[in-house]
Amino acid sequence: MSETPSKDAAPLLALVGNPNTGKTTLFNRLTGANARVGNYPGITVERTVGRMALGDGRHADLVDVPGTYSLAARSVEEQIAIDALIGRHGVPAPDLAIIIADASNLERNLYFALQVLELGRPAVIALNMIDAAAAAGVRIDVERLSATLGVPVVPVIATQPRTLDDLRAAVNEALASRPRATEWVWTPSPGLKADLEAIDEALDGAVPAGADPQLRQAVGLWALMSIDADDELTDAPADLRLRVLDRLQRASEAGRDIDGEAIAARYAWIDRHAADWITREEVPESWTEKVDRVLLNPVAGFAVFIGLMFLLFQALFAWSDPFITLIEDGFGWLAGWTTATLPEGLFTDFLVGALIGGVGNVLVFLPQILLLFLFIAIMEDSGYMARAAFLMDRIMNRIGLHGRAFVPMLSAYACAVPAIMATRTMERRRDRFLTMMVLPLTTCSARLPVYTLIIGAVIPASYVAGVFNVQSLTMVALYFFGIVMALLAAAVLGRTVLKGPRVPLLLELPPYRLPDPRSVTRLVLSRGRVFVSEAGTVILVCTAILWGLLTFPQTTPEIDALSAERTRIELEQGPGAPSIERLESQITSEQLRQSYAGRMGRAIEPVIEPLGYDWKIGVAIIGAFAAREVFVGTLGVVYSVGEVDEDNPGLRAAIREEKTALGKPRYTPLMGLSLLVFFALACQCMSTLAAVKRETRSYRWPLLMFVYMTALAWVAAFVVYQGGRLLGFA
Amino acid sequence: MTLADLAPAERAILESIGGDRPFRRRLMELGFVPGTAVELRKVAPLGDPLEFAVRGCKVSIRRREAAAVAVERTERRR
Repeated sequence: MSETPSKDAAPLLALVGNPNTGKTTLFNRLTGANARVGNYPGITVERTVGRMALGDGRHADLVDVPGTYSLAARSVEEQIAIDALIGRHGVPAPDLAIIIADASNLERNLYFALQVLELGRPAVIALNMIDAAAAAGVRIDVERLSATLGVPVVPVIATQPRTLDDLRAAVNEALASRPRATEWVWTPSPGLKADLEAIDEALDGAVPAGADPQLRQAVGLWALMSIDADDELTDAPADLRLRVLDRLQRASEAGRDIDGEAIAARYAWIDRHAADWITREEVPESWTEKVDRVLLNPVAGFAVFIGLMFLLFQALFAWSDPFITLIEDGFGWLAGWTTATLPEGLFTDFLVGALIGGVGNVLVFLPQILLLFLFIAIMEDSGYMARAAFLMDRIMNRIGLHGRAFVPMLSAYACAVPAIMATRTMERRRDRFLTMMVLPLTTCSARLPVYTLIIGAVIPASYVAGVFNVQSLTMVALYFFGIVMALLAAAVLGRTVLKGPRVPLLLELPPYRLPDPRSVTRLVLSRGRVFVSEAGTVILVCTAILWGLLTFPQTTPEIDALSAERTRIELEQGPGAPSIERLESQITSEQLRQSYAGRMGRAIEPVIEPLGYDWKIGVAIIGAFAAREVFVGTLGVVYSVGEVDEDNPGLRAAIREEKTALGKPRYTPLMGLSLLVFFALACQCMSTLAAVKRETRSYRWPLLMFVYMTALAWVAAFVVYQGGRLLGFA
Repeated sequence: MTLADLAPAERAILESIGGDRPFRRRLMELGFVPGTAVELRKVAPLGDPLEFAVRGCKVSIRRREAAAVAVERTERRR
């Protein structure tokens, strides 16, 4: 567990409930701005804990448990809900559960509440969205509901502090009185009773120590409903698993349905009592339904959707730009100032190249990450995200991706790093990982400087059919190539490494509401913080390593000879001599050639030679691992042009003049195309890998990503170059 | 007939829930228990997914899964 129980022994509360009930908003309102984000042991699910005032000066620790429709679980992620309620697998048991229930979907929310009450946990029910329910003609008799359930029911409206005070008071009182369900006592059918008895002996490893018979029975039922031949639960004791599978087998042979029996019993109880609590009247079309008639309209709906996506695109490309420039300029200024102020030497180099450069490399992603999550938070909180998934599901499903994958896919055109973080909007691990693995194939903005340079230098600026510029066509083709390859990769990976049972979609279209500024701010800031602290560390370390590879060794006989020559000319002709500048560039090139990265470039030459590249391009490709655009600067150093950008005519000329050993031009249009294809596909971005490592909490996935993309890039560039030669080009 | 055969605003009574275990279980947990009334509320512009309401609680599923749920048609809402 990432948190140990606090020393002052503040009571621990678990906030549980269905998704889309306003749970996180309520959590934020109850705890203020002091939540700590940790992780559940061994998995990627975040555990958010905040301090909640109890109204009498005391505080409790409130855990925001991920929303779920049921405690039954198929995966370790889904299992968190029950673990967080009964205290299992390293998760502490709460003193009280606060069950949030959406009044406009009361029966379904009560189904979940009943499961919590079956565990024998003391609980308080926070009845949310009474206002939305009333607008839909649903009225709930809170007192009778509370009386039937045997636990307090408190109507809350997250934005009305008075209702939150009621909840605090009820929680405070319940911590002393520990109310439990009275009327609802689940009694197993004779068949289920036999099933439960048969697995009881094996339950010890699954039940917390000191569990009472009621909790034991509830966990037994949980095991019967959760374990099956292909679940992904890793903590179920082997003996329990065997026994459950045996009972499932017997049940199916006898034509019984264990799931159906348990579920129907709960709903039968709810249906029997519902008339006491709920009255529903037909109301004229609700506000949400009116809005939906536009936003889910085949024409207007897609128009709005495309407009919003355009806005997102605009934000990521244009609006983030001034901030990115500010950060880049700021760090450029800091680097310049440091170089000018500190004595020349290795330490200064390290400070500038590795540390300042590294921190800059991390922070430069922040504007796009913050903007993207601002957008996502507003879309999620307003209820629009679900509509967008409703509109897009058919298309996305056809290409094997989740309906919500379009926001990350689109964001990846700006940058894969925020896009990878945005995959969190998908609940299932497989959907997230699949989207993450193919995202970096879309044409991110860091590829543009490379494309611009190569296209400008080697692709002829002629026209096809009199109107289409070949250079522009190449650029457009590369964009298409990226998305087509991403979709192909999704199809292949989805049928191989990330093969899994096809999981059906379950989508809810919640009522529209104004986004809660606090929740939005909190989400945006926490994403930024997580990126800087976790992915940032990896990026910083990688920047330092790359700096080392490009810097060491500092002296070799060849470099020394050039330095001696420089000193000689300086002495003879004075420090302003024209040949000194050229010599300086030569020294820098020679240093790069002799550096570890240079040696690596030469070592991989046989591998990249069939693609049409030499070691110089090899070094630049290695340098580009820091970020693709570094390719341009590294080429500048290799060709002794000095500090350049992609529009530098000197670098373009140097590229055109570069010859092979046979004296032919190194950069033919065919080789340029091979290089473009390589850059379109290769995984040359340590920040992307760092983000994937952060999101998957494993080295396996970033490694797989690196290997598959780089292999794909090599093969594609090989086919382009060698195929082109066979066809007689260049 | 199945859930996928309903027309918008049409109601039916759930008879049996098919599909693999996790989906079946989840759908039942959302209230799709045999014997319950269900109504088709919305069809996505591209024809999939479909939004159903059971006991006033709404959920959208794909046509393909809806086709595994057997129902008996009852009435048309005015």
